[in-house]
Order: sequence, then C-alpha cells, then structure tokens
Amino acid sequence: MVLNERELMEYGMRLGSELAPGVVIALTGELGAGKTTLAKGIAKGLGVTDEITSPTFTMINEYTSGRLPLSHFDVYRLGEGEAALVGMEELGYEEYFFGDGVTIVEWADLVEQLLPEDAIRISLSYGPDVETREVVVS
Amino acid sequence: MKNGKTILLGIETSCDETAAAVTADGREVLSNIIASQVDVHAVFGGVVPEIAARHHLTAIGSIVSEALREARVSTDEIDAIAVTKGPGLVGAVLIGLATAKAMAYVTGRSLVGVHHIKGHICAALLQHPELEPPFLALVVSGGHTSLIDVRGLGGAEGDMSVLGKTRDDAAGEAYDKVARVLGLGYPGGPKVDKLAMEGNPDAIKFKRIMLEDGSLDFSFSGLKTAVINYVHTKKQAAENAAVKASENRSLDSESRPADKKNRLVDAQAPESFDAADVAASFQQAVIDVLAEKTRQSLILTGRKSLVLAGGVAANSALRKRMREMSEAEGVGLFIPSPIFCTDNAAMIACAGYYEYRAGKRDSLDLDAYATLPLS
Repeated sequence: MVLNERELMEYGMRLGSELAPGVVIALTGELGAGKTTLAKGIAKGLGVTDEITSPTFTMINEYTSGRLPLSHFDVYRLGEGEAALVGMEELGYEEYFFGDGVTIVEWADLVEQLLPEDAIRISLSYGPDVETREVVVS
Repeated sequence: MKNGKTILLGIETSCDETAAAVTADGREVLSNIIASQVDVHAVFGGVVPEIAARHHLTAIGSIVSEALREARVSTDEIDAIAVTKGPGLVGAVLIGLATAKAMAYVTGRSLVGVHHIKGHICAALLQHPELEPPFLALVVSGGHTSLIDVRGLGGAEGDMSVLGKTRDDAAGEAYDKVARVLGLGYPGGPKVDKLAMEGNPDAIKFKRIMLEDGSLDFSFSGLKTAVINYVHTKKQAAENAAVKASENRSLDSESRPADKKNRLVDAQAPESFDAADVAASFQQAVIDVLAEKTRQSLILTGRKSLVLAGGVAANSALRKRMREMSEAEGVGLFIPSPIFCTDNAAMIACAGYYEYRAGKRDSLDLDAYATLPLS
C-alpha cells in the first residue's frame, strides 16, 4: 500500500492497538523512509504517552506508559554482519524479543538471523512521489 | 584532599567513549583520559576490533589508572568518585558504574552519580572560572538537543529545568544521517560542517521547523527527510535524463554494440545537485532553529549568560551564529574547547564536585538509567 505521513502514523496506531504481548515488529527501509514515524504510530496505538524519540543514539529506548511495555531498537549504529550480531547480544536482545512486551526493531535487515520467525516484517520505501511511502507487510 | 583541594575522580562510559579524569575543586583538570584519545593499541594490546569503542570493559581499568597516574594522585587523596548514571546505553553505563562502586567500596570514598547532560553543561565551567549560575544552556549532541535553565549546581530540586528538547531526532543525529546520504561517512558532523563551508547556505530553502507557537521543543526528523527527498529527486531526474540522452544517441547509431554499456555508464555519471550547497543549506536550517529557540529562551528567562555544550558545539558555523546572536542580545557566551565538548570524564567530575559539596552521596546500590529526567 502507498501511504502519506499521516496515513502511515494512523496505520501504526491501528497496528499498535491490536498487538499482543511478545510481538516483534521488524522494520526495514532506507533513511527517511518513515521507520520512526511508523514506530511513533505503533507506540500511540499501544497507549504510550511518552514522546517517542529516535533510538539511533542510545540503540534502545524503553517505554512503560502503554498497555504493554514497548522497547524500540535501532541497530543502525551497531554496524553490519558480525558486529551487528555481537552488538545485539550485548544489548541483551533475547530478553526483549522473547519477553512479554512489544519490540520494534529499526534496520531489522542487519540482524535478520536473530529475528523470531513470527516477527511482523514491514518494509518501507519511497512511493511514487516524495510525500508518500510504499509499505509492504509480511 | 590534596594541597587543600577537593579531589574527584570522574568516570564516563555512557556511550562510545571510555573516559576517566581527575579534577581539583571541581574546575581544575588534573587529567582527562578518553579511550579514543590515548594510544588505543597500547590499551587493547595491539588488537583493535571494529567494535572496540563500545568495549568499555576492556578499557576501563587502564583508563582509570592512567587518569590517576597523570594527575599524580593516589586513591587515598580522592575525596569522591563521580560517575555517569544515565541517560545512556544501560549496558555501557553499568561498566562505569560498577567500576566506580568497586572503587568506592574498596577505598571507602563517597560515590556521586551524575546526570550525563549536567556533565555536558559543567564542561563550560572547566575553562571559565567566572561562570556561575544562573545561566541558560543549549546542549546539542548526537543523542541530545536540550535547552536548560540552570539556577544551581548542587543537585537540589528546581536547580535545572528543561525548557525544550527534541521530539524526534537529535541535531547531531540529523547531521550523521545527512552525511550518510551525501556519502560523507561517519561521524557526519565535522564532515558536513567542512563541506558546508564551500556551499551556498541559501541555495536550497529547507523548511525551518519551529513547531507550534511558544514551544521551545525541536524537531529535526522532517528536515532530515526533506534533505533526503531533495537528493533522491535530483538523482532520479539525472538518471532519467541520462537514460534519455543515451537513447537519443543510440537512435543516431543503431547498430553500435557498445551502446548498452555506454547507457549504463551515463546513468551513473551525472551529479545533478551540489553536495556542498545541500550541506550548507541543511546546516543553515539546523542553526537557524537552534539559534532562534535559544534566543527565545534567553528572552523568556532573562539570563545574561549562555552555555553551548555537547558534541555539536564543536561545529564552526553553530559557534559563529551563537556568537553573533549572543552579542546582539547582550549575553555572555561560554563554549568548552572541542576536547570538553565530546563525551569526557572531567565534566562528570566537575558536575559531581558541586553535588558532593552540597552534601549529596549515593549508596552502592545506585542504578544505571537509559532515560533520566534532569533535575
């Protein structure tokens, strides 16, 4: 589907309101594709009242003000290949992926091997014009 | 105590840098060691893995020893150990925290947990003995963009209040991402700053995102996306033009076998945008917003001193604009040297000193925090 920023946010909110404990949402897409915007929507749908800021710097942000605990990973700075996997180990990803909260992973393609099989995979890319994004869910 | 001065050991491991430092009476820096600044090979025994920067555990022991050695103080002469307790990467913060606790336990000295952002603010005190609260601080780094009214340093309630902060990306993060899109590499801040010097800051009118009236918050995600969209659109247009041009050429000489190859080469060759202009225009948009929100905060609080701190405070264009703005507003501007703008432990020891002096002590069950409100 092709969505603009507002629609992407609304899509995230709908998704967030339906999520069950233990779900991992794997987001892929280049810079500016809307990963954090979608994450903001999902958080809002979960009832998170905190401001969702980009986790690029801290690599992981945690929010407990919603219906379920939300952890928001960004593996952008962990590097590629082995470095990303080791970095995820250091962050203790298993506790989050296999815990009772909801986990959103940005740049999930860098840590594909670690994702649970039942993760919701959402890929974002530039749409037909600069205001829109193509969203593919699998 | 040494020579009648209060000695603090500072430890900082909240993100990429492993750092330790010793200060006397808060502002006098006796040593300031940062893992990426010392001979890394010596610390790591010749092996520097790609992810070594985050391996605080390997580095922390030698960094602390080096800080004490260079300062020529023994553990007996230390009055307290100040350590970053957050915000930051919890796993990273924990390494520094565990080290500080172990040292506090063994030596019987006091432990003082410090807020990382407060450390950045206190970096300005290190080189400006005349600077005293109250003042306004703008902290800009890869992870933070905050405007803070500083009324005291002792850690009392109401000493600091956050007037505005980013709602999405930090300013430094936007720099890093724009640098990546322009193919400049990491860290992006200094590279964009340098390239911007050759560009025209008015070439492209990127929107200044000021948010709703009266808000002192920031938003840089939209600007980042606008820059990416611009580059994307220009590249696409160039590729289309190149394909068209080579198609026209192949019509002229239909049977030439090299045509297909030429077409591929052509499609990659042209650069339809000036990267320096993009860098300069992006930087101008960031700085316009930072300067304007800071100016509004100065007017709101009536402060006469302004501190510019954090990694992005090393940016030359930002320093220049802040200098002009503070002069126009009749405000004194205080910016730490670049070495104290990046993450370091001298700033943590300095911040810890003022809290220690005010009587603050933390127990050995002090926690590490990923997020931590500034108070």
